[in-house]
Amino acid sequence: MSEDIVIQASDLTKFYGKVAAVDHIKFEVKKGEIFGFLGPNGAGKTTTIRMLTGITKPSFGNVRIMEFDIEKQTLKAKQIMGIVPEVSNPYIDLSAWSNMMFQGELYGLPNDKSKEIAAELLENFELYERRKDLVKFFSKGMKQRLILCMALLSQPQILFLDEPTSGLDVQSATIIREKLRQINKEGVTIFLTTHNMEEANLLCDRIAIINKGKIAAVDTPEKLKLMTERLQKVVVAFSQPINPESLNSLPNVDKIEKLGDKIQLHTTAPGKVIFDIVDYAREKHLDMVSLNVVVPTLEDVFIKLTEDKEKSGHGA
Amino acid sequence: MEPNQIRRAWAICKKDIRIYYSAHPVIVHGILFPFFLFFAFFIRRNLSMEFILPGLVGMTLFFTSTAIVSIIPSWETRSKTLERLVSSPVLISTIVIGDILAAFLFGVVVSLVPISIGILGGISIHHPLIAALGILISALCFSCLGALLSASPTDIPANVMTISTLIKFPLIFVSGVFIPLKDLPLWGKILASFSPLTYFVDLLRFSIKVDYYYSVGFDFLALFIFALIFYILAVRLHVRAMPNRI
Repeated sequence: MSEDIVIQASDLTKFYGKVAAVDHIKFEVKKGEIFGFLGPNGAGKTTTIRMLTGITKPSFGNVRIMEFDIEKQTLKAKQIMGIVPEVSNPYIDLSAWSNMMFQGELYGLPNDKSKEIAAELLENFELYERRKDLVKFFSKGMKQRLILCMALLSQPQILFLDEPTSGLDVQSATIIREKLRQINKEGVTIFLTTHNMEEANLLCDRIAIINKGKIAAVDTPEKLKLMTERLQKVVVAFSQPINPESLNSLPNVDKIEKLGDKIQLHTTAPGKVIFDIVDYAREKHLDMVSLNVVVPTLEDVFIKLTEDKEKSGHGA
Repeated sequence: MEPNQIRRAWAICKKDIRIYYSAHPVIVHGILFPFFLFFAFFIRRNLSMEFILPGLVGMTLFFTSTAIVSIIPSWETRSKTLERLVSSPVLISTIVIGDILAAFLFGVVVSLVPISIGILGGISIHHPLIAALGILISALCFSCLGALLSASPTDIPANVMTISTLIKFPLIFVSGVFIPLKDLPLWGKILASFSPLTYFVDLLRFSIKVDYYYSVGFDFLALFIFALIFYILAVRLHVRAMPNRI
């Protein structure tokens, strides 16, 4: 394993009964990257992160965290990572400070060092003033920030985050994202899962798209976006039925489909197509009942990517 | 076990004490419940205080050492704090030892209440060292039993409490707490030998020189073997249950 690679998953598979939650996936994360694992709910993101962090044993395959095999050297690998699980789980009957100190003890940090880093982190995450309060009185955003502080207390080289902004208000989510960028700048490699395409786009250097336990693509956000541009659609419904073929003359339209009383136009330039449809409606004296842009879902991207893969497979 | 894991077990123990054992209802329940249960059986039976005290101490230690430890994992499964522990660099056996340690300390401290009452009531403890060592090894043994009972991979504490009650009450009734071992029929003696509480109560009776049955060495050996079996089974079952908990 090259020194630049800090996470390496090979043929990673997890079966629950006969169902493969994660199905022979393979990827590498480079040192200093923010690597996003993007997929819809139930895609296998949490199972993957749990296997990477040694919480769940894989059915097949292997994970290396830097020089450590996660199954054979679990404790050593865990010692160099910080983990933010999907559900906020500090001890709500302890204060924020006590949670931090407990975390320090679990990672074997000397007491003085724990106190020094904890104070700095809580200050940085705007929780220091509330450090003596029981966590049960914290908002969800505050709990999530505390969890992040707890994960950073041991000064990990790799930080794993499972849906770190899920369910948070916009302000808390923005704070968390800013902090993650800052942590990454300080040299920490970040592996995060999300179902939020925009979040992955804003944060990640590279993204793996996973669905139904399989990775469809691993690439930079910009390259993945190029793939999704082809999947944008404009859906229009007129008050009177029209022949869809009459829209064939519109520029920037790749494909036209009739869906009940609506017409769906596939395009890479939905903004331009909207103007053209409005002009068409004026020219033909038609009223529009609805006009919508359908943004591609992850499912669309995944289906598109897997279709492309299958086609290239057949062609080979 | 490595020293750093022992320190982490101690951290888990301190966390358990702060969160689960320091609650007033837990302390009051831990002290009062064995008293109520015990007197429910002994009232109007005209027994000597010397006979009553070992049983009372035994039941107090048995309940306090097994009660809370058996439901901590299900609580922590439900609150998702178990995932916090499992994701940190600690072994599952470290978590189990931390829980056992907290139950052990709680049991030892609470058992001092009935002992103090007995001493204030005029009972002489002829072998205080034996009594003290007996309390320590029994607290350990019962805590290990509690950890074993907690291995069910559920996140509903009431389920664990039901299973615990089904196991703990028969262990009390067959243990010779209520009837001296020497007065039991052979089948009663055989049944009593399956309860670790039997050996602790017998040790205490030896300490105050009343109605003891086994030798001191045998009582200690039995308690040690029970503790070892309970601990090994507890760790194995927790390791097996963990994937279903998180």
